[in-house]
Amino acid sequence: MASRCAMWLRKYLYSKKTMSSMQTAKSQGSNLYQIPGLESFKMNLANHGLGLTRGTCTTLQINVGLLCNQSCKHCHLDAGPTRMEIMSEKTVNDLIDLAHRFTFETIDITGGAPEMNPHIQTLVTGLAPLTNTLILRSNLTAIAEKKQEVLLGLIAGNRVTVVASLPSLNEKQADAQRGKNSFATSIAMLKKLNALGYGLQDSGLELNLVCNPTGAFLPSSQEQVEKRFRLLLQNKWSISFNNLYTFANVPLGRFRDWLERTGNLYDYVDKLASSFNPCTLDGLMCRSLLSVSWDGFLFDCDFNQSLRLYMGNRKTYISDLEALPGSDSSIAVSEHCYTCTAGSGFT
Amino acid sequence: METYYKPMDLPKFAEIREGAPELGKKFFEYYTAVFAEGELTQREKSLIALAVAHAVQCPYCIDAYTQDCLEKGSNVSEMTEAIHVATAIRGGASLVHGVQMRNVAEKISL
Repeated sequence: MASRCAMWLRKYLYSKKTMSSMQTAKSQGSNLYQIPGLESFKMNLANHGLGLTRGTCTTLQINVGLLCNQSCKHCHLDAGPTRMEIMSEKTVNDLIDLAHRFTFETIDITGGAPEMNPHIQTLVTGLAPLTNTLILRSNLTAIAEKKQEVLLGLIAGNRVTVVASLPSLNEKQADAQRGKNSFATSIAMLKKLNALGYGLQDSGLELNLVCNPTGAFLPSSQEQVEKRFRLLLQNKWSISFNNLYTFANVPLGRFRDWLERTGNLYDYVDKLASSFNPCTLDGLMCRSLLSVSWDGFLFDCDFNQSLRLYMGNRKTYISDLEALPGSDSSIAVSEHCYTCTAGSGFT
Repeated sequence: METYYKPMDLPKFAEIREGAPELGKKFFEYYTAVFAEGELTQREKSLIALAVAHAVQCPYCIDAYTQDCLEKGSNVSEMTEAIHVATAIRGGASLVHGVQMRNVAEKISL
């Protein structure tokens, strides 16, 4: 694997910096995007002599629904204010039961806007004692509403890690992705989280940022973006945070629609596939993740929920899970998986 | 319509090595080293490259470094300002030669 990684690195740096003629492996087979010649992800792995299988399952990720106060252009789930799919009280209780039956080092609550699920407080208080790290993913605007004061106190009290979206330090770019005034509201909310102790050294309240590109291009190196955000957020707004993660946008849902509408789909998917890096496979989140949809079914990752690609190719409800998926069990893949394996990887 | 500049030619840049492999190898190694993080960040270097691309009016470079600037976290306002820097220097380079014009004119005028 090491020599293969070194070989890839040379090719990748070369193609990034010298616009090389390295092209995606081509085939005539069909693919998710119906792009002529795009190699299927499965075939691409086979051509590299690789397979993608599970490791130890350590993380439970819960999508509590597609209802959201925003309609972000890069959303892979097409979440928004008109979506009615939200996790019921019964499923919330079944999930807490699941977390009792199995051990998860991390439990990660996402959406939609998780804050808008009416049972979110039950979920947070039920799960917090059952895991080392409970994460709440926030778009920073849903939680800014006055009625969420109780939830804010609850997450701080339960030492819940907040993972917040902040795509850009430029208002125009951020609002173009997430909607008007989202940037100003996000900055105000980050200050409020800092005031609660979030993102401050030794407070025990972790605030991490997630940065997605504001268009059909890949993110920069995580280290460099984190350095720049830390400097500018502190200098301009006196805002602190713990870590920053960069993620590439996944060509599914509303983002796929936008790519198609604007004629960017082919080039974007080709860019992802051309940047395939076999070294990313070991660290992919799907290898250690149990992903649960709003209606309580199991997936290998949140992106697969968008395609209804069930874990083990079987529709399994959480209460019917008898054992965590074992090491070396298969992972459902399709061509959207090129997103997480591009460049240095996004997991 | 046929044009000299074709977007699909951009990825063929590396093929230029085939005519002179050793020189090509040296150039691309140098190129990669230049754009690595140094005293300047990769984002700053990409903005400089974008400005220079406009000064030398290279469509391939403009395409590549517009995308690269966005990937490195720059926004359109910053990128436009960078192009204005190139424009100011280009314009200024013409205008500053007016000093020569003035010298010559002064010398031969009554």
